[in-house]
Amino acid sequence: MGQIKDILRTMEYGPAPESNTDVQVWLDANSQGFGHFINGKFTTTANRDLITVTNPANGSVLGKVVHGNAADVDAAVKAARSAFGKWSVLPGHERAKYLYAIARHIQKRERFFSVLETMDNGKPIRETRDIDIPLVARHFYHHAGWAEMVETEFEGYSPVGVCGQVIPWNFPLLMLAWKIAPALAAGNTVVLKPAELTPLTAIAFAEVCHEVGLPAGVVNIVQGDGTTGAAICGHKDVDKVAFTGSTEVGRIIREQIAGSEKKLSLELGGKSPFIVFEDADIDGAVEGVVDAIWFNQGEVCCAGSRILVQEGIAERFYNKLRKRMETLRVGDPLDKTMDIGALVSAGQLKRVTTLVEQGKSEGGTLWQAPVKLPAKGNFFAPGFFTDVDPASTVCEIEIFGPVATATTFRTPDEAIALANNTKYGLAASIWSENINLALDMAARVKAGVVWINSTNLLDAGAGFGGYRESGFGREGGREGLYEYLTADWEKRLPLAKAEQSLKLSAAPDGEAKVGAGGSIDRTAKNYVGGKQARSDGGYSYSVFGKGGQVIGQAGIGNRKDIRNAVEAATKAGGWGGATAHNRAQVLYYLGENLDARRAEFEALLVESTGVSTKAAADEFEATLRRIFYYAAQADKYDGSVHSTKSRHVTLAMNEPFGIVGILCPDENPLLSFVSLVLPAIAMGNRVVVVPSARHPLLATNLYQVLDTSDVPAGVVNIITGERDVLAKTLAEHDEVDAVWYVGSKEGSALVERASCGNLKTTWVSNGRQRDWLGSKAQGKEYLRKAVQVKNIWVPYGE
Amino acid sequence: MNTQDISVAKGTHLAVQAAHARNTGTELKPEWFEDIAVNRSATERRAATLTTRRTVKKEYQAAWLVKAITCIDLTTLAGDDTAGRVQRLCAKARRPVRADILEALGLADANITTGAVCVYPTMVRHAVKALQGTSIPVASVATGFPAGLTPLPQRLAEIRYAVGEGAKEIDIVINREQVLTQNWSELYDEIVQMREASGDAHLKAILATGDLNTLRNVYRASMVAMQAGADFIKTSTGKEEVNATLPVSLVMLRALRDFGEYSGQIVGFKPAGGMKTAKDAMNWLILMKEELGLPWLQPDLFRLGASSMLGDIERQLEHYVTGRYAASSRHALA
Repeated sequence: MGQIKDILRTMEYGPAPESNTDVQVWLDANSQGFGHFINGKFTTTANRDLITVTNPANGSVLGKVVHGNAADVDAAVKAARSAFGKWSVLPGHERAKYLYAIARHIQKRERFFSVLETMDNGKPIRETRDIDIPLVARHFYHHAGWAEMVETEFEGYSPVGVCGQVIPWNFPLLMLAWKIAPALAAGNTVVLKPAELTPLTAIAFAEVCHEVGLPAGVVNIVQGDGTTGAAICGHKDVDKVAFTGSTEVGRIIREQIAGSEKKLSLELGGKSPFIVFEDADIDGAVEGVVDAIWFNQGEVCCAGSRILVQEGIAERFYNKLRKRMETLRVGDPLDKTMDIGALVSAGQLKRVTTLVEQGKSEGGTLWQAPVKLPAKGNFFAPGFFTDVDPASTVCEIEIFGPVATATTFRTPDEAIALANNTKYGLAASIWSENINLALDMAARVKAGVVWINSTNLLDAGAGFGGYRESGFGREGGREGLYEYLTADWEKRLPLAKAEQSLKLSAAPDGEAKVGAGGSIDRTAKNYVGGKQARSDGGYSYSVFGKGGQVIGQAGIGNRKDIRNAVEAATKAGGWGGATAHNRAQVLYYLGENLDARRAEFEALLVESTGVSTKAAADEFEATLRRIFYYAAQADKYDGSVHSTKSRHVTLAMNEPFGIVGILCPDENPLLSFVSLVLPAIAMGNRVVVVPSARHPLLATNLYQVLDTSDVPAGVVNIITGERDVLAKTLAEHDEVDAVWYVGSKEGSALVERASCGNLKTTWVSNGRQRDWLGSKAQGKEYLRKAVQVKNIWVPYGE
Repeated sequence: MNTQDISVAKGTHLAVQAAHARNTGTELKPEWFEDIAVNRSATERRAATLTTRRTVKKEYQAAWLVKAITCIDLTTLAGDDTAGRVQRLCAKARRPVRADILEALGLADANITTGAVCVYPTMVRHAVKALQGTSIPVASVATGFPAGLTPLPQRLAEIRYAVGEGAKEIDIVINREQVLTQNWSELYDEIVQMREASGDAHLKAILATGDLNTLRNVYRASMVAMQAGADFIKTSTGKEEVNATLPVSLVMLRALRDFGEYSGQIVGFKPAGGMKTAKDAMNWLILMKEELGLPWLQPDLFRLGASSMLGDIERQLEHYVTGRYAASSRHALA
C-alpha cells in the first residue's frame, strides 16, 4: 500500500464508481429487446424493427427497443380509450392510492432508476441520484394529492380523455413524471413515447405500474422515433397532446393538429438570461452559472445560457468563472465525483461542436475548462464565450450543451432589453441583493419561470413553462393541472349551425337608403389607438339589418389596419402595469357610460339582429352585468404563493399575455363582444378586436363609450371587416401573444395553423356554439385564458 | 518518494513547514468588505452540494483520513484540565494511530502526528513538556477565551504569557461587540496589537461566527482579521451555540481568497467545534480542495480544531486495513 503515501502528496480524489451490477443484470435479462407497454403488458419484439440503445459515455449497447408504428400507436390509444371509462370515474381517493404507490415504489427503486438513467442518458450519477429521481418521486406524491382533491378543487372540470405525450431525452424519467402524474391525477389515460435515445427508464417505470397493479391501459408506453411521435399526436382518438422538446418540433405538432379540437401544451426551447448585477453575491452567482449551464451537460431547456453581467464587475466575474472551471470534473457519469457526464449522443456532440466552432469563427472567445476528456464517449469540455454580441449565432441559437455566452450591460433597463431580446421566454435568473431591483427585473422579464439569486430550482408544487416560443401551458402545481382538465361547459358545447356566408361588398348599393330622412350620415371607421381611423384600403361595406335594409356602412379592414392596430396596442403597454383597482375603475365607468346609452344600443340590437325588444333588453342587461363582473374580478383574480422549498416564497403571478387578438361571433353581437374583450382587458391585456362582420355597428358605436370611460388609447382597438381574413393576419402577427377565435371550425383551424409562427397561445371555438346569455359565458375560465402564470422563486434569509 | 514529499504528510512545525511568507496584513481597508454581498441561500446551496459532488473511496479515503489527522489541532479546553489530562492528550498527538494500522497503511516511517495540540495558557507548559522531542507545536487559546471581554491589556498580557510558556501558535478570540456594532477600526487595532504580542508565534483569529449571526458579518470580520495580520482565521471557540458549519466556512474561504487576490498574501483556515466524525473531516477537506486547492490541504494552511474526531478516524482506518468494523476500546484514548 505504498500508494497511500503518494495520495497524501497529490490528494487526488481517485475513482468512486457507482456499481451498476443490478441494472446490468436487468439489461442482460432483456437483451432480446423491449416491447411496448400496452394495455398492461409488454408486446413482443419478434420480427420487429428494433432501435439500438447505447450508453453515451462509452458507446456500449444497452439494449434494443421496438420501433413503434401506426398500428402500435393505434393499439395503445385503443387501450387507453377503453381504460379511460373506468379510470376517469374512479373516486379521486382511489386514483390517489395508485399515484402514491407509484411514488413509493420509485423511492424503493431509487438507486436502480438513478443508475439506469445515468447509463442511458450520460448525465452524472450525482444528478440522477440527488435531483432527477427524487424529483420524480416528489412529482408523483404531489399529484397523488391532486388526485385526492381534484373533484372538489376543480369543480366544473373533468378529465380531457386520452393524452398523447411525447417527451425528450434530457430528463427522461422526470419528464415522464411531469406528463403522467398530472394526467393520471386528473383522471386521464395516457400513451407516452419516450425519446428513442433514452427509452429505458420508461420501461422500468412501466414495470412499476405493473407492480403496483395500475389498471391495464391507464399508462401505455410506445417506443419509437419522431414518426411514432407524429402518429401519437395525429391519432384521431387522442384528445390532448403534450410535448416537451425543441421549438422546431413543437411548431410541427401545432401545425399537424390544427383544427383537431385537441388540447395542446408545449414545453419548448429556451435561451434564458442569467443576469448578474454589480451588487450581487459574486461567488454565489458563479456557483449559479455552474448550476445553470454546467448542469446536465447544458442539455437543459431552462438553462441560464446567456450570462448578462454588469459592465463594472464583468472582468472580475469572468476571472472567477474561469477559476471555477478549473475544478469542474468531466468524465465517467457513473463516477460519483463527476460534475459533467457525456452528451446524449454523437449527434448532439456534433451539433454542440459545430455551433461552438461557429461562435469562434464569428469572433467569440471561448473559455473552456482545462479538463482531459475520456478517449471514448460523447464528452465536451464545459465553457463560456466572451466577445460575443446579441447578433452572434451563439447568443441567439440554443446550443443545448455546456457552453454559455457572456455579454455586459450598463443599466437595469439595458439588462431587461437584452434579456428580452430573444424569441424564447422560458426562464430567467436574476442576481442582486437589492430586492427592489430583483423584483423589478422579475416583473419585466418575459419568462415563465424566474429565479432570484438561484437557478434551475424545480418543484412539483410550482408551475413550469414558457412565454413566447418556449411554448404554452404549465407543468406542476395547480396551474399545471388545468392542462389535463376541460371545463365542462366547453366540453359539451353543441356545434353551431353552418354560417351563412357573408360577402362584404365594397360597391355602392343603388337600392339602399341609409338612415331615416333628415339624420346626419354616420361613418363607422376602425378604432385604433383611441382614435377613429379610416380603413387603409378605403373600402366600406353595407351593413344590412332586419329585413335586409341597409342600416349603415362599416370599413373593410385589411392587413395594414391590423398592423396599425397592433402597433397602437404595443404602445399601450402601461395598461398591464396599471393597478388592478385602476383597471376596475375604468371598467365600471365603461358600464356606467354604456348604461347611459341603453336606448340607443337596444334599438340598434333590434335593428341589426332582428331580435325582439325584450331580447335586446335582456342582452343589454346581461352585457352590463358582464362588465361589472370583470370590473369586479380585475383586482381579485390574482396569483398565489406556492409551497415549494423552505425559506422560499414562490410567487405564481397571473400576468397578461400582452396583445390578444379577438375574433367575435355573430350571435349576440354586443354581449359576445363584451364577454370576450372584458376578461382580456381586465387582466391587463391590450386587444385588437374584430367584431361580428354582420353586426359591426354594435362595436363601432362603442367608440365614444370607450372614449368617455377613460380606457387608455390603444387598449381596445377595433377593426371591422372579414373575420377569417383578419384572423389569419392576427394569428400570424409575431407581436400578437394570443388569439381568441369564436367562429367556424375552418376558421379555428386556420387560426391554430397560422399561430405557429411565434407559437402564440390560441383559444378557438371549433365551430361550437356558446350560450352568451348563460352563466357559463363568463367566469374564471375566461380569466384563466387571459393570463399566463409566471412563477418567481424568491429565496430569503440573511 | 523522497523525503521532501514525505514531509508534506507530516504534522511538522508550522515554521519549518511554511513555504510561504507570513501574512503581514494591510492597512484597514473597509472598501474590501463593507459592501460585500453574501447571499445566504446561495451559500447554503453551494455548501450542500459540495459534499455530494465529491467523495473519496478505498485507499484514497484512507490517505485523506491520514491527511486529516495531520491537520488536527488536538484540543482540550475544559475547566477540569490538568497536567495529567494534557499529557495524555499529547501522547495521542504523538501517536494518533495504532502502530500496526500505520504499518499496514505503509506509513510506519512517515512520522504521522496531529497538526498541533491546543490548550489553555496555563496548560501550555505541560504540553510543551509532553511534546519534547517532537516537532508538534503547542497552540494556546488566549485573550479571555472564549468571550474575549476581559480588558485589552490583560488579553495582550495573556498572549505574552502563553508565548513565554512556549506556545508557538496563539488562538485569539475577537471582540464580537466590535463586529456587531461594525466598529472595524477598533477591531482592526486590537488584532494588530495581538499579532504584535504574539511575536513569532502564529496568530489564529477566532471569529466566533455563531455569535456574528449573519454571513455578511462573517465575511467582514474575516477580512478585518486578515488585514490586521492574522495567520489563520478560525470559525469558533467550540463554546458558541453554533460552531463550525460548511456555509460559514465557505464564506470565510471566499474572504480568504479575495484577500489573497487583493493583497497577494496567504492565510490559513481552521474550522473548530462540532466536528466529530471522519465524515466531517472529509467534508472539510473537500471544501478546502474545491475552494482553495492543494496548498490548503496541508497543516501549515489548514487545521481542524477537534478532539473526538480523531477517534472516529482511527476506527475508519482500522476498518480499511482489516475489513472489520472497529471498536474504540481498541484504540488509545486521547
